[in-house]
Amino acid sequence: MTSAIPLHPPVAVEESAHWHLRLYVAGQSPKSLNAFANLTRLCEEHLDESRYDIEIVDLIANPQLAAGDEIVAIPTLVRRLPKPIRKIIGDLSDSDRVLVGLQLRPGVR
Amino acid sequence: MAATITKRVVAAGREVADHLLTPLAKAPTGITGLDELTGGGLPRRRPSLVCGSAGSGKTLLAMEFVVRGITEFGESGVFMAFEETREDLIANVASLGFDLQQFEADGKLVIDHVNVDPAEMVEAGDWDLEALFIRLGASIDAVGADRVVIDTIETLFGAFKDTATLRSELRRLFLWLKARGVTAVITAERGDGMLTRHGIEEYVSDCVIVLDHLVTGATSTRRLRVLKYRGSLHGTNEYPFLIGGHGISLQPITSLGLRHAVSSDRVPTGIDRLDVMLGGEGPYRGSSMLVSGPAGTGKSTVAAQFCDAACARGERAVYFAFEESEDQIIRNMTSVGMGLRRWVDEGLLTFRCVRPSLQGLEAHLAAMQALVNDFDPAVVVLDPISDLIGVGTGGDVSAMLTRQVDFLKGRGVTAMFTSRGPEGHSVATNHVVASLIDTWLLVRTLEGNGEHNRMLSVLKSRGMAHSNQVREFLITDRGIELADVYVGSQGVLTGSARSAQEAKESSDAVERQEDLEQRRVNLERHRQSVQAQVAVLWHEFEDEADSVNRLLVRGTTGREEGAEQRLEQGRLRGSDPAEPSDPFEHSDQVGTR
Repeated sequence: MTSAIPLHPPVAVEESAHWHLRLYVAGQSPKSLNAFANLTRLCEEHLDESRYDIEIVDLIANPQLAAGDEIVAIPTLVRRLPKPIRKIIGDLSDSDRVLVGLQLRPGVR
Repeated sequence: MAATITKRVVAAGREVADHLLTPLAKAPTGITGLDELTGGGLPRRRPSLVCGSAGSGKTLLAMEFVVRGITEFGESGVFMAFEETREDLIANVASLGFDLQQFEADGKLVIDHVNVDPAEMVEAGDWDLEALFIRLGASIDAVGADRVVIDTIETLFGAFKDTATLRSELRRLFLWLKARGVTAVITAERGDGMLTRHGIEEYVSDCVIVLDHLVTGATSTRRLRVLKYRGSLHGTNEYPFLIGGHGISLQPITSLGLRHAVSSDRVPTGIDRLDVMLGGEGPYRGSSMLVSGPAGTGKSTVAAQFCDAACARGERAVYFAFEESEDQIIRNMTSVGMGLRRWVDEGLLTFRCVRPSLQGLEAHLAAMQALVNDFDPAVVVLDPISDLIGVGTGGDVSAMLTRQVDFLKGRGVTAMFTSRGPEGHSVATNHVVASLIDTWLLVRTLEGNGEHNRMLSVLKSRGMAHSNQVREFLITDRGIELADVYVGSQGVLTGSARSAQEAKESSDAVERQEDLEQRRVNLERHRQSVQAQVAVLWHEFEDEADSVNRLLVRGTTGREEGAEQRLEQGRLRGSDPAEPSDPFEHSDQVGTR
């Protein structure tokens, strides 16, 4: 589908899958803001806009939500869909690792 | 001099005790023994570290800290578990009588299981543990928790690759806990050459408790040590502890001290002559006795009779047996005339019969103490303590028995221990306990004349004038009886030799008696014969006297008649008057009559 993948045929994720991403943050901390910025950028680069949505969960506002996805670190990005669930922690500044983590690109360098 | 020093030491101890209660606030754990050891509990509003290897009881200690906080001190708690799930935790401690679900329902406890799965996690960029803080903070707020447990935080080291960040976050966590004003317990795995595998101890510096397992032989003993307690005096030794039916229990020897109140009451042993040997009245109440001797000398019988006598007085007794079952003991004692069954039925006597190898020494000790606490006996028997040697080393057994003796003395329970050993009295167990016990009875057998005979003697008995004589010890169908032994030129006589001696003495006595009787009879006969002779003589005398009297009467008249006749004849013959006749003529007449 997108230009990033065709060179690497064995993709881990079905091309037609819908992407549901949830980003756990703690208020407006610098790491949280960075993470959101990095995530938006990566999605724009690698995913078709119609096929993903990003949900932001602020644990300061809703601390009880941390238990659901077993969140201990902030920021944490959870790929809810497609299955299986993947978690990426950090401010997502390391784009390569984010893509590997999300399996947007095969795990080979 | 010595007294002054003691006083000074005691005074110093009190000062220290006073000192450690005032400045540093402590949160009592409610765990038996641990509060004594730490002088009141863990540092309040500070984190404490509990480290130990797998299975050493860290989680339970932490859980009990929270649970006791709820049940005994009215402090709510949060238990954050990284390893066990909420359901597992609830199930694991249910056997100890902790109903975690009820505490949760009452709003006193939050169990938060944090599942960190490194497989589904990728690190990409800077992160922190703010989510954990938020989560913990929310739990603390939910119940207004005073106590927090984090078990085991080191799991995070397996989940995150960026350990530098993790370390700084952990440091921040502990500072945060302190700032929240909660009393926290953090558990950690024991590391190689380090206290904890990942060096957590450098962040938690106020109080460090180390748990471990010591395996000797095939039995393991759990041990606890307070490695560090900043700003507080604490016991530094390793203390054995036990996970029992009521949670963790710890019996620090040093917390007991030697301050038992003593009684001058006496407790009869049930063997009258033994009581006589022990200063006339038996051992003191609250003292401990040891009956030692080789197999088959009747130690158990002495012990059973001791219990029997106590029950007969209406006192309670506990019989701890390590070799025989309850039924076996009751049956065996029935054969010597002791009906123990009725005491069991009346609830005065209880048995605890287990193999020593069932559990470690600590477990035995705790189980025994629990039973003593529940049953509240006046008299306790441990039969035999020598079997415990197989479970622990001499030092352990000694430490355990020391605590048992101290415990029983503290409660004023009179104890009788039996100890089996080879012939003679140098037995390992005896050395172990010799200094602990107050009264030491030695039972042994003496071989001679083709038989073994039992002998009993009092080796020592503190605080009473006791007999130093050996008694022969007889197990009869009316229980135990003591008999004197014969000590003579042929040595000590027991058994059949004693009986023979008794028989001999008895027959000698009979002989003497018969001899005397014979003499008495002879004398009587002699007396009778003398009396008879006297009677005969007396008769003769009377006869003679009669006849003499008769003659005297006749003699007088005869002389007159003769004179008249002579006068008549003289007249007839015309002769001269004659002189009276010679008296000898008359006596001749009497003699020849």
